[in-house]
Amino acid sequence: MATKTVLEAVRDAMHEEMKRDERVFIMGEDVGPRGNVFRITAGFLEEFGRDRVIDTPLAEASIVGVAVGAAMLGMRPIAEIQFADFIYPAYNQIVGEAAKIRYRSAGGNTCPLVIRTPYGGGVRGALSHSVSVEALFYHVPGLKVCAPSTPADTKGLLTAAIRDDDPVLFLEHKKTYRLIKGEVPDGDYTVPIGKADVARVGNDLSVITYGLMRHFAVEAAEQLARDGIEAEVIDLRSIRPMDREAIVKSVSKTRRALVVHEDNKFGGVGAEVAAIIAEDAFLDLDAPVRRLCGPDVPAMGYAKEYEDAFMPGPEKIAAAMRELAAF
Amino acid sequence: MKSEAKIRAALPEGLAPEALRDMYYYMVLTRLCDDRAFALNRQGKIPFAATCQGHEAAQVGAAFAVKRGTDWIFPYYRDTALAIAAGVSARVQLLCLFARKADVFSSGRQFPNHYSVPDLNIASISSIIAAHVTHGVGAALAFKMRKQPAVALIAFGEGSTSEGEWHEALNFAGIHKVPCVFFCENNEFAISVPQKLQMAVKNVADRAAAYGFAGVICDGTDPLATYAVVHEAIEKARRGEGPTLIEAKCYRAMSHTTDDNQLTYRTQEEIELVKGRDPIPKFEAWLKERGLIDDSAVKDLKAKAQVEVDEATDWAEAQPPPTEEDLYTHVYASGPTA
Repeated sequence: MATKTVLEAVRDAMHEEMKRDERVFIMGEDVGPRGNVFRITAGFLEEFGRDRVIDTPLAEASIVGVAVGAAMLGMRPIAEIQFADFIYPAYNQIVGEAAKIRYRSAGGNTCPLVIRTPYGGGVRGALSHSVSVEALFYHVPGLKVCAPSTPADTKGLLTAAIRDDDPVLFLEHKKTYRLIKGEVPDGDYTVPIGKADVARVGNDLSVITYGLMRHFAVEAAEQLARDGIEAEVIDLRSIRPMDREAIVKSVSKTRRALVVHEDNKFGGVGAEVAAIIAEDAFLDLDAPVRRLCGPDVPAMGYAKEYEDAFMPGPEKIAAAMRELAAF
Repeated sequence: MKSEAKIRAALPEGLAPEALRDMYYYMVLTRLCDDRAFALNRQGKIPFAATCQGHEAAQVGAAFAVKRGTDWIFPYYRDTALAIAAGVSARVQLLCLFARKADVFSSGRQFPNHYSVPDLNIASISSIIAAHVTHGVGAALAFKMRKQPAVALIAFGEGSTSEGEWHEALNFAGIHKVPCVFFCENNEFAISVPQKLQMAVKNVADRAAAYGFAGVICDGTDPLATYAVVHEAIEKARRGEGPTLIEAKCYRAMSHTTDDNQLTYRTQEEIELVKGRDPIPKFEAWLKERGLIDDSAVKDLKAKAQVEVDEATDWAEAQPPPTEEDLYTHVYASGPTA
């Protein structure tokens, strides 16, 4: 075991898979000499060469589209979208093409592709470097969406994504990159896509979350524990497939559910989680399902005041948890 | 009658005289498949079909320049002759028209002519215009990375060249000199919109200048002229000398699809005029002039194609449709829900 940051976990997963499998390559903006804008691929160009670390033109649709074509021919591309906010020009390629290739060809063609992108706020990224995009993609059958939060899960899930035979959108919360450190197992391992993690065990209420909010939820749960309220925190890790069983199991035990995410509330991941609970755990509930999410405004602004008001944090989460526990 | 040596010398490089009769046959077979598709639609037996009438020469010429089993084709939905000349049988074509479970292209999921045929190196496409052009470039990138002597032939209409993704694909291909050939079948119309409302340049080939590789124009109603430029471009790409943009000037004789009526945007006179450029009688005359085919052979080949299409129609119609269970297959490698 070694202590790593989330950023190092991303780097290690790609590095090890590129060493293990020569079909794996990286393409994106500034991934070459610059080593990615966060320095994730620093040194990759020197080690793996220009054929496998490709600085693309500034054109997101072709970053994904070219990667899709290479994947159809049996390569294992990792296409990087520099910031999730820039992914919209590639939406057609991800949703209209990659997600449907297996289905539309009745298995004749496949698309084993990973699209990595940093998302999320809390770094003064303003309108176009802070967005959460998961709700725009998790609706789409044929696509998998991961959003891990710890270094160990990030490495294990990214490794699983690269080895997966279907397209995976891999969301990395950019605030966790250097903020979150943790133990990462030595050697080769994967974390299965579609399995949630119980980040904290408790019996009084369940907080279902993912990404940066997992850490804030655990922090909030520790505050509540001082008052004798024990919250369970479920980190979904994968948004699609979603671990329905883990959600239902936890909520059936605690009888109270709070969904927390940074993405906008309306039509967000929390809506699906709430629907799962309503379908499968309704009779176990002692309180209505609550959601604490980013507000339904187009984006978080540049000013600190806007960002603070937009982002859920440990205090807001703790307050929502107390309210739910008292219901 | 010229000697075989003289004919051989007159043919484009790489093309054997034996191939000429096959080219003609595929053009005829495609035309019959096309007519059958429209007839089946009008009979209420199939919901939809797209036509390639006017494109047969361009497509067959291009298909013969492709090295079968090595190169890959990224076609578009009007490429019936391209697919047939690349090895798709009348049976396979009719299966897709009837949307049967055994449909090789998509098991009845997609519109006709939306492929894939993995055994023939024909890639899956959607109806989203130009979305497959980047895929062809990605395939070519894979060939280059693997040092594989393969080339991607990427086909599309002139309307596709307005799409941003089309530009991105050619830009990437030019920068990385990947082994691919961009094959534009310019039939002058994108559904109803004429070329002059798609671009301010006279030729699609002119656009190549922006990408650092050559743009070449050929007569898309002449299979040999098309073969010659596509063959040269494919072999150039195979040598690692980068892509080429080819513009095969052809025309569209029929409406866009069975759901379109071209008389809402074109006059009957104009349609009759373009039909006068029909590549099939033109190629037939060329073959006859050189003694490569005679009236009796033409009659036999047309009869053979008719039997093939009739037999394929009856056979395909009798094949079972997909079932409700088939709705849930091939969502993910692991099953319907990942």
